[in-house]
Amino acid sequence: MQETSLQAVHQHAPPTSFIRKHVFSLDHKVIGKQYYGLALVAVFVGMILSWLMRIHLAWPTWPIPGLDKLSAVGAPAGVMTPEYYLSLMTMHGTIMVFFVLTNAPFAAFGNYFLPIQIGAEDMAFPRFNMMSFWTTFTAFLVMVAAFFVSDGPPISGWTAYAPLSAIGKDAGPGLAMGQNLWAISIAIFCVGSLLGALNFIATTLDLRTKGMSLSRMPYSTWAWFVTAVISLLAFAVLLPACILLILDRTAGTSFFIASGLVLSDHLQPHSGGSTLLWQHLFWFFGHPEVYIAILPSIGIVATILPVFARKPLLGPRATIGCMIAIGFLSYMVWGHHMFVSGMNPFSANLFSVPTLFITIPATILTLLLSATVYGAKMRFHTPALFCLGFISVFISGGVSGFFLAQPSLDVYLHATYFVVAHFHFVMAVASIFGVFAATYFWFPKMFGRMMNDTLGKWHFWLTFIGVYCIFMPMHYLGLAGNVRRYSAFVDDYLIPLIPVHKFITIAALATGAAQFIFLFNLIWSRFKGPIAPENPWEATSLEWSTTSPPPFDNFGGRHMVVYQGPNEFGVEGSANDYVMQTSPEKIVSR
Amino acid sequence: MQAEAQVTLDHESKALLSQARTQFSASPALVSGTTTSETGMWVVVAAISMSFAAFTSSMIVRQGSSADWLHFHLPRVLYVNTLILLASSLTLELTRRRIIAIPATLRHSSADAGTLLSNGIYWLYVTGALGLIFILGQFLAWRNLAAQGLYLATNPSSSFFYVFTALHGVHLLGGIGGLAYVLRKLTGSKTDSAMHVRSFGAFSIYWHFMDILWVYLLLLLAMRM
Repeated sequence: MQETSLQAVHQHAPPTSFIRKHVFSLDHKVIGKQYYGLALVAVFVGMILSWLMRIHLAWPTWPIPGLDKLSAVGAPAGVMTPEYYLSLMTMHGTIMVFFVLTNAPFAAFGNYFLPIQIGAEDMAFPRFNMMSFWTTFTAFLVMVAAFFVSDGPPISGWTAYAPLSAIGKDAGPGLAMGQNLWAISIAIFCVGSLLGALNFIATTLDLRTKGMSLSRMPYSTWAWFVTAVISLLAFAVLLPACILLILDRTAGTSFFIASGLVLSDHLQPHSGGSTLLWQHLFWFFGHPEVYIAILPSIGIVATILPVFARKPLLGPRATIGCMIAIGFLSYMVWGHHMFVSGMNPFSANLFSVPTLFITIPATILTLLLSATVYGAKMRFHTPALFCLGFISVFISGGVSGFFLAQPSLDVYLHATYFVVAHFHFVMAVASIFGVFAATYFWFPKMFGRMMNDTLGKWHFWLTFIGVYCIFMPMHYLGLAGNVRRYSAFVDDYLIPLIPVHKFITIAALATGAAQFIFLFNLIWSRFKGPIAPENPWEATSLEWSTTSPPPFDNFGGRHMVVYQGPNEFGVEGSANDYVMQTSPEKIVSR
Repeated sequence: MQAEAQVTLDHESKALLSQARTQFSASPALVSGTTTSETGMWVVVAAISMSFAAFTSSMIVRQGSSADWLHFHLPRVLYVNTLILLASSLTLELTRRRIIAIPATLRHSSADAGTLLSNGIYWLYVTGALGLIFILGQFLAWRNLAAQGLYLATNPSSSFFYVFTALHGVHLLGGIGGLAYVLRKLTGSKTDSAMHVRSFGAFSIYWHFMDILWVYLLLLLAMRM
């Protein structure tokens, strides 16, 4: 495979111009940083949207300064209409799930580190890689444009259920141009993701360096590889769904729109379509999508935790097997989003059983990660804290999944805050904790400087306590019957819950503010942080065998040879307590 | 029985041979194994298959969800088109046989290599022409349908007909673009020409897949429309 690796690097020589170095770059490291930057912008946009929503929920009549500038129709005098609340909710979900959770753990860190961790000089198809970023960037611009059209963003949620999303203008504000832009943006995003997944798969299969067998790949690489396979097949289904949606909206077809719908006093000209069809298509993509969001973070935590525990990951083969099992099973469970949709209740069992099955590999992974730190002399740097925090919040979020997996319970809990609590814990918190851990861990390698550990610890603790304050009470709200996606609580059974909402809002604002510690740390350390050595954390994988930051071709012309797996920590009888993957040292005992 | 004759190569042939050895050792595809481009192309095939599977299941669900499905006869030109596309796969294989034979020929004479290459390129042009004729045929099929009053939004059956054929056509046009790329590589500078067969291997996977996909679509449409 040496020669094919040479092919990749000979496709492009080191660039010289600014544009080629930093803008239209073929270098996977630059592309990874670009994805990270995009995700960073997107997460702040998404977070501000969540603040707007939370402020409205806690103080519905208080005018939010400046909101009427964003939308005079949606927020006259700064108080948002119920429809505008749904617009903000739609954009919050869409931007967070697509542009943050699919980008940051997978596209950003995967692009940067997958080639290095397998000893390659670049991705298999650098030009497609560059295209994948700029396609995703274009998708983001189109999505944000929806804020600025006259009608505003769509109100149909990130799930864009038909017929609300398929009818057009008659269905409500934001559903004309706003929904068109949304659908087009997501279709473009699909193309970008497919290109990215193509690269990840081809690179992992073909460009591993000498000695880097599949079983010696770091767990983060495995996670990116499995995620890429899931991503390829999932986005290949979302794209057709978006195409059919756009046709329904613009070409008068009736894929999703049934007959006899009268909206805004107009009889809609469509007929015969299947509303459930959109849900099936969307969730066939949507469920694997959430595993795309979480798997890279699991792999990242599995990579980082042993470094700070100075102990090998327990059950490395089981870890890989569980990741693959989760990837496979993720395609069998989509109907658990549709238990109350009107589909055959017997089919609900068909989806409930694999959903409960999928908790098995997820639980095994959690137990293996927890057992890895059992009895460890832990080095409590910030990446380790976020890894431990990940375990905590993944359990918290996962446990609520057990309940939602059962149709009988879901009849009550569907579309309540119980669901909101579940997916925010596993996606918004656990996945993001993986991103934070990755950032603090790999920042020295990417930028040649250390991030400030004290600020990192402040960031961790404030965030950790904050997210529990935000999302734990939501379980209670859900059980009490608080329906989600409501912009106001006028029913009498909801009024006693308003103080809980106020508490959540304050916690959300405070936790959001704490993220500025992270942002400051990131930017300040980039320029003023202490210089990082080649292997500050004493880790074993290949990225720590090269300079910080790595040279253009990742290894300075060396063809790395791998002798060990990535798991050699706590090794007795060797000079250090760890053995790097490139070390030919024979490990006799542990 | 003759032992293989010892051939004395002139300087130019030696250079070509050693280059072939380096490049072809990097492209073992034509002998055994796959290159990165081919791995990537299989991944692309998987993704496109998944997309058409999604459209297929959409059609099945849509057909079953309402009693408004209007059956119509498929335009005859589609069957002719199928033969044209199958012929293009055949001509593609003719191209491949010639291009694969090039490294073996280099041992003897670079003139033979040149003949093989130009023959191969000829058949590749034919493949591209057949592909373009196919696209033209699809347009004729659309015109036929429009003449019967069947447009995109007329009926779910016609909607799916247009969606399937249009998307296949778009992908085939992409394939023709890929063919143009391969042609450019093969007719490039003399040292490059016989060597840039990496892209050819990947391209032929895609083209044959477009053919198989079309046969599948034809059967699907014939059964359901």
